[in-house]
Amino acid sequence: MSATLFLPAVLAKLADGRELAAEGTTVGELVAGIATRFPALAPRLRDEQGNPYPYVTFYLNDEDIRFQGGFAAAIKDGDELTVVPAIAGG
Amino acid sequence: MEIPLFAASRQATHAAKDPPDLSQDEILRYSRHLIIPEVGLSGQKKLKAAHVLLIGAGGLGSPLALYLSAAGIGHIGLVDFDVVDLTNLQRQVLHGTKDIGRPKLDSARDRIGDVNPHVRLTTYETALTSANALEIIRDYDIVIDGTDNFPTRYLVNDACVILGKPNVYGSIFRFEGQASVFATESGPCYRCLFPEPPPPGLVPSCAEGGVLGVLPGLVGTIQATEAIKLILGIGEPLIGRLLLVDALNGRFRTVKLRKNPECPVCGTREIKALIDYEEFCGVPQAAAEARRDRELPEMTPRELADRQRAGRDLDLIDVRETHEWDIARIPGARLIPLGDFPAALPTLDSARDIVVHCRSGVRSAKAVRQLQAAGFKRVWNLAGGILRWSEEVDPTVPKY
Repeated sequence: MSATLFLPAVLAKLADGRELAAEGTTVGELVAGIATRFPALAPRLRDEQGNPYPYVTFYLNDEDIRFQGGFAAAIKDGDELTVVPAIAGG
Repeated sequence: MEIPLFAASRQATHAAKDPPDLSQDEILRYSRHLIIPEVGLSGQKKLKAAHVLLIGAGGLGSPLALYLSAAGIGHIGLVDFDVVDLTNLQRQVLHGTKDIGRPKLDSARDRIGDVNPHVRLTTYETALTSANALEIIRDYDIVIDGTDNFPTRYLVNDACVILGKPNVYGSIFRFEGQASVFATESGPCYRCLFPEPPPPGLVPSCAEGGVLGVLPGLVGTIQATEAIKLILGIGEPLIGRLLLVDALNGRFRTVKLRKNPECPVCGTREIKALIDYEEFCGVPQAAAEARRDRELPEMTPRELADRQRAGRDLDLIDVRETHEWDIARIPGARLIPLGDFPAALPTLDSARDIVVHCRSGVRSAKAVRQLQAAGFKRVWNLAGGILRWSEEVDPTVPKY
């Protein structure tokens, strides 16, 4: 399945842009593919075991993946996956 | 539409008070509100009756304090313990050049008093802590989080959940911001969004990573708007939604937030009292690491300058970013940004003396550790970085 991963600007410099075309049948598979393509970005998206962090939230078409099975959430063609890391500036 | 929890909270806090009347002067002042049907006289009276606590008088706190006081919030509380610094003024429009060195609460009092003398301002010149948060927050209807660090954000969240106060959240970094309304009765809280904070140092602060000056203006005014909507009971507040602001691409979007039934604060409610948030956010461990960094071999800027004057050979490596190199540099240094350092390691000569520097000495300590791990013996961290170089050796090098 083809989907688009949207990165915040702070992480985009670790990849080749803010909108990355990616393939995968689940969110975890898609993220793993991105991690392989961009090794510097990999540790900012998931831990060494390949699990999501509690301070980086993924939204699949505006829904938090934690309520759709986490990285096991299924991807459909044309889905949008948005990465939202915790920030604290004020 | 009234937000049920907020209504209950307000009634509990300020029970059985008739809405305050407006003077003729106030009616004229707020006339542009009064002629909006959704606000009107009754809405303006609600604003006058409201008690709103702002945590932080910095980037977000500035537009919040200005717009909420202008809007006629009757009672504003302001928590801050900082003094105005020149580097604040690029975004903290509550304070001015004449205020440099003054407590932010003093300049805030002057400015708010000028914007709207009808506002009652209560100031708390203290850090918000687990010891004082419940006591301070208890007297307010709404809390607005304009803090700049993770421990205080979790503290504000938990205190708001425990006391049943809506927490109007906003957060910023560089060109991007987030805003939501947490801790209402039915809605999620900050921990539902981010159950745990990132390890210290992973996410740079605005002081370390920078922030576009207008961004807190954008996000702070969104927070002010949400607070006013909650007070008036109009519109659709950002409860259960996270607004993502992307100033660089001109995009605003909202994503859905859900209340996590396993959230230890608002779900299972196993956290019934405030905890040690510094510990929760790993601050003591990070401080221990910083102490270990100071035990690395160091060279002071004066020692470096003496060695350079004596013509002794050394490899001075600057591990900052290219855009920082453009602002200021130490003569004789060469640039290898920290991200490129591992790849450059094999090209370095372990027979030469190597001095590594950055802005303040934190990033260069990481590079020194990499060198030590690779077997380099004659390596030093420049103590205090280019900032201390500017102070002690060459004041013509700009500080930033």
